[in-house]
Amino acid sequence: MDQPGMKGEQHMAMERQTIAAIATGAGGGIGVVRISGPEALKITDRIFKGKKSPLDMKGYTGCLGRVHDGEGDLDEAVLFVYRAPYSYTGEDVAELSCHGSAFLLEKVLAAAIGAGAVPAGRGEFTKRAFLNGKMTLPQAESVVDLVAGESRQAARAALQARDGALFHAIREINDLLMDAAAHISAWIDYPEEDVEEVLMSDLSHTLTEAGSRLAKLASGYDQGRMIRQGISTAIVGSANVGKSTLMNLLTGYEKSIVTDIPGTTRDVIEDTVRVGDLVLHLSDTAGIRNTSDVVERMGVERSVSRLETCDLILAVFDGSRPLTEGDRSLLERLDGRLAIGLCNKSDLPRQADLDEIRRHVCRVLEISAREGEGLEQLEQAISELVGLNQLDSSAGMLANQRQLSCVTRALRSLEEAKNALGYGQTLDAVSVELEEAIDALLELTGQKASEAVIDRVFEQFCVGK
Amino acid sequence: MKDTMEPYAAGRFDVAVIGAGHAGVEAALAAARLGCSVVLFTISLDAIANMPCNPSIGGTAKGHLVRELDALGGQMGKAADATMLQSRMLNRGKGPAVHSLRVQSDRQAYHRYMKQVVETQPGLLVRQGEIVSLEVDDQGRVASVTTAMGGRYEVSAAIIATGTFLKGKIFVGEYSQESGPDGMHPANHLSESLEALGISLRRFKTGTPARVLKSSIDFSVLEEQPGEEPVIPFSFETDASTLSNKMVCHIAYTNEATHEVIRRNIGRSPLYGGKIEGIGPRYCPSIEDKVMRFSDKPRHQMFIEPMGADTEEMYLQGMSSSLPEEVQVELYRTVRGLERVQLMRTAYAIEYDCIDPTVLLPTLEFKQVPGLYGAGQFNGTSGYEEAAVQGFVAGVNAARKIQGKSPLVLERSGSYIGTLIDDLVTKGCMDPYRMMTSRSEYRLLLRQDNADVRLTPLGYELGLISKERYENFLEQQRQKEEEKARLARVTLPPIDAVNAYLEGVGTAPITQWTRMTDLLRRPQVDYAGLAPFDPERPQLHPHVVEQVEIEIKYEGYIKKQLAQVEQMRRLESTSLEGIEDFHEIRGLRLEAIEKLNRIRPLSLGQASRISGVSPADISVLLISLEQRKQGGTRHD
Repeated sequence: MDQPGMKGEQHMAMERQTIAAIATGAGGGIGVVRISGPEALKITDRIFKGKKSPLDMKGYTGCLGRVHDGEGDLDEAVLFVYRAPYSYTGEDVAELSCHGSAFLLEKVLAAAIGAGAVPAGRGEFTKRAFLNGKMTLPQAESVVDLVAGESRQAARAALQARDGALFHAIREINDLLMDAAAHISAWIDYPEEDVEEVLMSDLSHTLTEAGSRLAKLASGYDQGRMIRQGISTAIVGSANVGKSTLMNLLTGYEKSIVTDIPGTTRDVIEDTVRVGDLVLHLSDTAGIRNTSDVVERMGVERSVSRLETCDLILAVFDGSRPLTEGDRSLLERLDGRLAIGLCNKSDLPRQADLDEIRRHVCRVLEISAREGEGLEQLEQAISELVGLNQLDSSAGMLANQRQLSCVTRALRSLEEAKNALGYGQTLDAVSVELEEAIDALLELTGQKASEAVIDRVFEQFCVGK
Repeated sequence: MKDTMEPYAAGRFDVAVIGAGHAGVEAALAAARLGCSVVLFTISLDAIANMPCNPSIGGTAKGHLVRELDALGGQMGKAADATMLQSRMLNRGKGPAVHSLRVQSDRQAYHRYMKQVVETQPGLLVRQGEIVSLEVDDQGRVASVTTAMGGRYEVSAAIIATGTFLKGKIFVGEYSQESGPDGMHPANHLSESLEALGISLRRFKTGTPARVLKSSIDFSVLEEQPGEEPVIPFSFETDASTLSNKMVCHIAYTNEATHEVIRRNIGRSPLYGGKIEGIGPRYCPSIEDKVMRFSDKPRHQMFIEPMGADTEEMYLQGMSSSLPEEVQVELYRTVRGLERVQLMRTAYAIEYDCIDPTVLLPTLEFKQVPGLYGAGQFNGTSGYEEAAVQGFVAGVNAARKIQGKSPLVLERSGSYIGTLIDDLVTKGCMDPYRMMTSRSEYRLLLRQDNADVRLTPLGYELGLISKERYENFLEQQRQKEEEKARLARVTLPPIDAVNAYLEGVGTAPITQWTRMTDLLRRPQVDYAGLAPFDPERPQLHPHVVEQVEIEIKYEGYIKKQLAQVEQMRRLESTSLEGIEDFHEIRGLRLEAIEKLNRIRPLSLGQASRISGVSPADISVLLISLEQRKQGGTRHD
């Protein structure tokens, strides 16, 4: 703490290195290189020439100038200075807004590193912000998601979590549970006071209400994940029905090897495409058929496993011929799955029985992959099917696996509490389950559970000798 | 006077205990029983183990503490059994984990009982006198204590158990007076000596209701509350057949007129008028607190409790106050049944010096002053039972340190005593700390019925449980296991008599031969209810039956909590003792560093419970410990 450059930064948790990174996702018009840490302004001074020295600039001020490295000027840039603790990370921060080419940004970053910064680890700005108390745990996590967000809807969902939609949703549920727990606690710990009796019917109602709200959050998780990270989508179908043509159509260039010989696609080919607001992680799989070719059989096995684990299945059929045995065995695998049947080759006379396909999948579309017909309907169908169009992202969404696991734990404890109640178990056992649910939810929001219930007892109940 | 007096050498003892209340008595007895020479100081021999507030022992969670103390070899449970006037098991019907024993005690009898126990304890000298200073040697260790009259006692350890005496000051409306509890004279000098040692003190306050004349109460309009038969003793050594209920309590209520008197006079309350700086207990609000904070409550309940079998004094539980005396008279007389009540002792608030307990180790020894221990209200707690268990732990640790033995630190997962001390030294307390069942996350394991299972082996190992009692305990455990095994073996047929019983208690009939254990798991079925169908049942002690039944009924929950204990044990067993300064740990937040450096947790588990240390900080600590470990192996 006594090192030069650390003066006036007594709030700092520890002596830290100054970190730098490109802070914006790829592809925007403006790119930002962010430098954060005790040496941030000094380092910036070494690579930025403007009217003022960054060292003399006040917090929340900007300045136009040029970024340079050892070899010359790199770019015109606007420098914004934030003074600790009033910055995103809580440390001194310099942000250089440059023209957005990836190459140029890399050069600016390299200059900053050359001047003494170290490259920031993934999510390190956010981690510092969190560690310096600038944001709550779910906020921090959603910022990481914001940076990594792959679609426009993802940005919207991430922004809302940043504003605490999830935090508020969880807190509301937890309030319900804490009121119930505090009531039980007051009733148990003060048996000789006239604390109102805890009615099993009220308690059961609270447990059910909280449980159903949590279940809704949990079920929204998959949708949230699909928005943020994209929908893992398997294109499946018998050999030579046009899977690869569809894949190529969606990705816009030839990646799968398209021939007329069945079994050409021997492995799983993957790509990420944007369909309207949605991001699909496509895998074009080998046709599922019995084969003696060892290599192809491995491809088939991988196709089958892909089929089991993906979010969405696009099952392709050749509409110009009647359904084959292979088509039928594929259809059986689709029962109960999120699947769209694509009857390809709509440019040719239809021979396949659409009703038979409909019995196994949620939606059937006629397309012509070769002619590019039916793509809009496909986009519409996917959006409807994964429920993204009805998703109310303002209600708060779980952003990651950790949050989901907290909610799942809370749900399980609530279920146990409800079972215990229904079974006629005494309140001591019920209350322990209830408090576990509260613990799990407080863990989600990064708060401390320990005294929460007891504090509430004294807020809400007039007890004591 | 004290400044000029030259002290004289008054003798040498292993341990001095300052204060002979509920903490001091247990501390002195434990240390003496472990073979130390002990001197126990009290301001008045007539106030040993006094109950300056309610004449009662036990209650929710407090009853657990008394049973645990008894299981370890403490005295309070036996004293409470010997001097009880009325006994009840609270919370029946809310589950065995929260069953809590509570007795009304004969206050004078309790005092006389404890006085005699300490007087007759070999190795223990009881001495009336006010300790005015505490001296340390050149290494900062406790060396001696000195009385107001100049007696200097050389000691290896001192235990401070001063209750509310330390700079005690009472308040009744505009009146205030330097005083200890029950009109005794306060200890006004020791604070200065402690502060000179670098111990910072703070002010807490508590209060007590009026004592009133029995014959001035109209009991005919009050609801009676009798005790419960058969009486269940606190001590595992007390013969239950010797105990019976002797007196009843009564219930009365405040009303709108009472509240009006309070509201009209609230400005004269020293608390509301700002005269009291001390922080009062949330759990024990005065009647004016209750009325002002919960203004929508139409009435507040009170209990009228006897102070003893041979006195006309009655205690008004729930009615503590620091309003002026004439306001007290007026407000008590608004209560139905108390219209003509006569006060014998006025209700008062008392303010006193105490410490922030986070300066203590889990052994209750001061981190900064080796050999000095704190216990009871001095540590920021409230309640006789909370005090007693701390006194015991401090006494045992003082003795074991002197004898070069390992310290006694009870686990959170093993006892309410461990939970209480961990809370105190880890989280501290912002107001006087009272034990509650909801403070224990392991409360399904920490039941009052199994305190002996949890702690008697330890008490025996310490040397505070007799061999006879220990063998008796082992025999009961053997019987318990045998009976559980038998119940898992014996099956009942689906006959009419069995099904009539099952349907009678509201549970489904059986259609095939069913094990007794499986029937007992049903919440509606009890051991006694199955007796007619179980002719081979052995004659067992009720305590054994209780445990058999609970262990079968709660097996699932017990297993689950044991798994949680196991999970937490990893954190609890990860030692932080190698870390000198938490500034060295990269990535901790400043608040966490400050708290960790101040509390100096012994384990990661303890660190995780410090307020201001977040789960993220614990992750940082874990990572850092892991790095150190790997760094260490590389050097090897």
